[in-house]
Amino acid sequence: MASTKPKAAAGAVSSSDMPIDYRTIDRISGPLLFVRDIERAAYGEIVEITLPNGERRQGQVLDSRKGLAIVQVFGPTMGMDVETTAVRFMGKVATLAVSDAMLGRVFNGLGEPRDGGPRIISDKELEIVGNAMNPYSREEPSEFIQTGLTNIDMMNTLVRGQKLPIFSGAGLPHNQIAAQIVRQAKLRNSSESFAVIFAAMGITSEEANFFLKEFESTGALERTVVFLNLSSDPSMERIITPRMALTTAEFLAYERDMHVLVVLTDMTNYCEALREIAAAREEVPGRRGYPGYMYTDLATLYERAGKIHGRKGSITQLPILTMPADDITHPIPDLTGYITEGQIVASRDLQRRGIYPPIDVLTSLSRLMNQGIGKGRTRDDHRGVADQLYAAYATGKDQRALSAIVGEESLSEVDRIYLKVADRFEAEFVGQRPDEDRTIDESLAIGWSILSELPEAELKRLKPEFIQQYYQRTKAA
Amino acid sequence: MGIVARVSGPVVIAEGLDNGKMFDVVRVGDLGLVGEIIRLVGNTATVQVYEDTTGIRPGDKVENTGQALSVELGPGLLTSIYDGVQRPLDVLKKNLGDFITRGFVAAPLDEKKVWEFTATAKIGAEVSGGTILGTVQETPLILHKVMVPPGVSGTLAALKSGNFTIRDPIGSVTTKTGSVPLGLSQKWIVRVPRPVQQKLAPAIPLLTGQRVIDTFFPVAKGGTACIPGPFGSGKTVCQQQLAKWSDADVVVYVGCGERGNEMTEVLATFPNLQDPKTKRPLMERTILIANTSNMPVAAREASVYTGITIAEYYRDMGYDVALMADSTSRWAEAMREISGRLEEMPGEEGYPAYLGRRVAEFYERSGRVIALSPDQRAGSVTVVGAVSPPGGDFSEPVSQNTLRVTRVFWALDAALASRRHFPSINWLQSYSLYVGDLEPWYRDHLARDFGPLRQRAIETLQKESELQEIVQLVGVDALPEREKAILDVSRMLREDYLQQSAYDDVDTYTSIGKQYRMLRAILSFGDQEQDAIGKGATVGQLQKLPVRQKLSRMKWIPEGELQASFDRLETEMAEAVASVTAGGV
Repeated sequence: MASTKPKAAAGAVSSSDMPIDYRTIDRISGPLLFVRDIERAAYGEIVEITLPNGERRQGQVLDSRKGLAIVQVFGPTMGMDVETTAVRFMGKVATLAVSDAMLGRVFNGLGEPRDGGPRIISDKELEIVGNAMNPYSREEPSEFIQTGLTNIDMMNTLVRGQKLPIFSGAGLPHNQIAAQIVRQAKLRNSSESFAVIFAAMGITSEEANFFLKEFESTGALERTVVFLNLSSDPSMERIITPRMALTTAEFLAYERDMHVLVVLTDMTNYCEALREIAAAREEVPGRRGYPGYMYTDLATLYERAGKIHGRKGSITQLPILTMPADDITHPIPDLTGYITEGQIVASRDLQRRGIYPPIDVLTSLSRLMNQGIGKGRTRDDHRGVADQLYAAYATGKDQRALSAIVGEESLSEVDRIYLKVADRFEAEFVGQRPDEDRTIDESLAIGWSILSELPEAELKRLKPEFIQQYYQRTKAA
Repeated sequence: MGIVARVSGPVVIAEGLDNGKMFDVVRVGDLGLVGEIIRLVGNTATVQVYEDTTGIRPGDKVENTGQALSVELGPGLLTSIYDGVQRPLDVLKKNLGDFITRGFVAAPLDEKKVWEFTATAKIGAEVSGGTILGTVQETPLILHKVMVPPGVSGTLAALKSGNFTIRDPIGSVTTKTGSVPLGLSQKWIVRVPRPVQQKLAPAIPLLTGQRVIDTFFPVAKGGTACIPGPFGSGKTVCQQQLAKWSDADVVVYVGCGERGNEMTEVLATFPNLQDPKTKRPLMERTILIANTSNMPVAAREASVYTGITIAEYYRDMGYDVALMADSTSRWAEAMREISGRLEEMPGEEGYPAYLGRRVAEFYERSGRVIALSPDQRAGSVTVVGAVSPPGGDFSEPVSQNTLRVTRVFWALDAALASRRHFPSINWLQSYSLYVGDLEPWYRDHLARDFGPLRQRAIETLQKESELQEIVQLVGVDALPEREKAILDVSRMLREDYLQQSAYDDVDTYTSIGKQYRMLRAILSFGDQEQDAIGKGATVGQLQKLPVRQKLSRMKWIPEGELQASFDRLETEMAEAVASVTAGGV
């Protein structure tokens, strides 16, 4: 730090004192250091820890009282001792230097270059724990993003400024789905592409390579910023990684007018890091040992998606999480689902039957769908077709379960049609090739083609004019 | 003045704070972050801070304001959007930009706005808490009644009509202890219920235009209801539908720890929606409190109290107020988080041992009451609380503690939601304990046979669930025709009556009169089916009748032509069914 008093730099916590090295570590427990004899450590202050071998690591104050500061170390505590390890309180909270030069670069989980390139030098330093967006400033997200995946575009429409997670399970192709969305996402009738921020938390190097290669081969890398924390990297960094990513996203969206798509993977690893700290602090655990404030903590990440009145850019979030044992009631998907605007749920059942993308329509949801569809956005019959397909598919699945017991012969004529509808729905509507980019009109046509199997009297959710316009025409064709 | 001794998340421990009282508001650090004393040991106070505490360090100053957390009540509340501690979010935006920074104090009500006050009380009259001094037309929908604050009584010494801001004196009362100035606004401590003269028994339904609620599980004006449901089951849409269409005079909508975009949706849609009775924008009767999930957790804890205090204030004027709290689970979690930071001994699932008491105290602030006033005016606060049980499991502490004190239970069902049956209120699990209390109202104001019709519909649906179990084993074809007919009519009840689209311009609201006619039409069709079967017809034949399509489109019959349209429909129905049996089988 400069010896002159810095003028209200971002993140400064009003400290003009010269930093002092404290060699007063009392106890090291898990990722936590207990530093004695410090009188005035600020809550959230960043510290620099110098190990006996000269190596430096970062940490952050989690609890401060007279004579004691509890510091969470971002990184391993291996090699730290209580006698000679020095702790320096930096007088500022965690910040990130941001600039346009970040596009095309790969950083580690703490925002340091990982690609051998230079450090980012910028006079723009932003606090990584962003302030809450004023709900009054928010603009209602309503611009339809065409992902080219029929299932998402038709039934769980994604809009700009939404946060829509993928709930997946071990062994399911969530990475392929995410990559396909990133590759194909665009506004209708627009060639404007998204800037992509990719934040990896605790994923394997294979998964990371998959994404990097994908970005490279599609030419997306130059408009991508990557933050990589691999499974071999320190778990504590994972607490910082998504905040680095979202701070960058806010800079690009609100100061550079870009439309940013943020992919956060895997949120399960993030939550586990959170639990690790909570356990080390001996906090009262909530459900399954996760801390009671996990909802609030996750909200401070997810709520950073959105749009602001009067600003051009937007932040759309696509977090990925793997549900332990495919359990959607597990605290991680559960709390996430309560914050995000819907969820895309991957289904093992569809996967087993060889259907890609294996997205279960019935449990998936997009809460902002209504704002993004309809006349002028997609097409006026979109809502009705989607509702009718939901109902038909749900009925068809019921009939499938029933026919497994009583046999297909004892179903009524109409019910047998529903069986067929469910089969066609899965094979043609949900199923598509990983490189298939369907327009919304193509997707709607597939929808009508399936609905044309049903007798007209069954189409209770469609307005008569749409039936006339599309059903009868499809039927005739 | 005290100093910070420890800081950990939203909890700060302050030493040397003299004369601190429980729940006094304090200002922490150079930024003056707002906090509240929640524990006192000697002159050491534990403070929950309503703003992010990053950067606070031991040794920072802590100032006691000596006052408990209060809200300011007066004209200008309606159409406002506040955070959890009544800071207007539009003012914050004007001053701070699009992101909320810390330590900013904003007046809850516009101090510069001039209101036209019409005095109605007579100088020299004896007045006491609740006496109406005069009125201000706050919005075209709501006449704001300016009242003597509770606890003040004496002789009205001065009062004048005219144009005033909320800071101007409008008169004074001579009390035993001296002269008390009067203004358009008053302050009230949020954690203390505003006093009333008497609580009344529930007798009038809060009509919501939602068929499953008004017909099957009604809530009374002044009653309490609880909507628990897993995510994606439509809690928020339900709450918003109630906020939009319920026949309350004033609606307070508390977005407690929920999504920012949901509040944006309310802000974007309410000004464009019309009140069905008055055709005025709904925003004119609405107050929003938005403490989204990423805003400070302690302010979330306060937000429900801020909301209910405002609701009580309008109740005291004689209005029927509906308060929607979405979601009380987030409020309970805020309590849990703060309790954890205080290292209190946890009760169930880490929640503090006082969870049940706090929940009960909150809901107890609802009710239909005779307000504190000489003119015996009645008003009500209806509280509808959403609960977000983890994993949709209703056995968790927040759901259970809420169910113990609320009298209506709208159980949202993920299975219904995933087949897009909305509102996904499960008709077998839900209940309303007000049905008996409200029976006389429905009988006198709607129709004599409404109660029995309702009962029959519920029985039909129950019978359906029993029959479905059999169908799962043997298939529909094995059932006798009479039972198939029960399945047929209950399917109509489910699809054409219970399901209601919040997004359809007409279907979104159904008047109670129309609900009665729709229900009657479906059930009488069921009766006629049974008759026809007695004469040898089959359900298969009856299902092919074209008149059934008209039945399923009943929801689109305009409110203006109910009588004629339904009479015609019932006649056509009877003729169509008769034609099946007349034609011979």
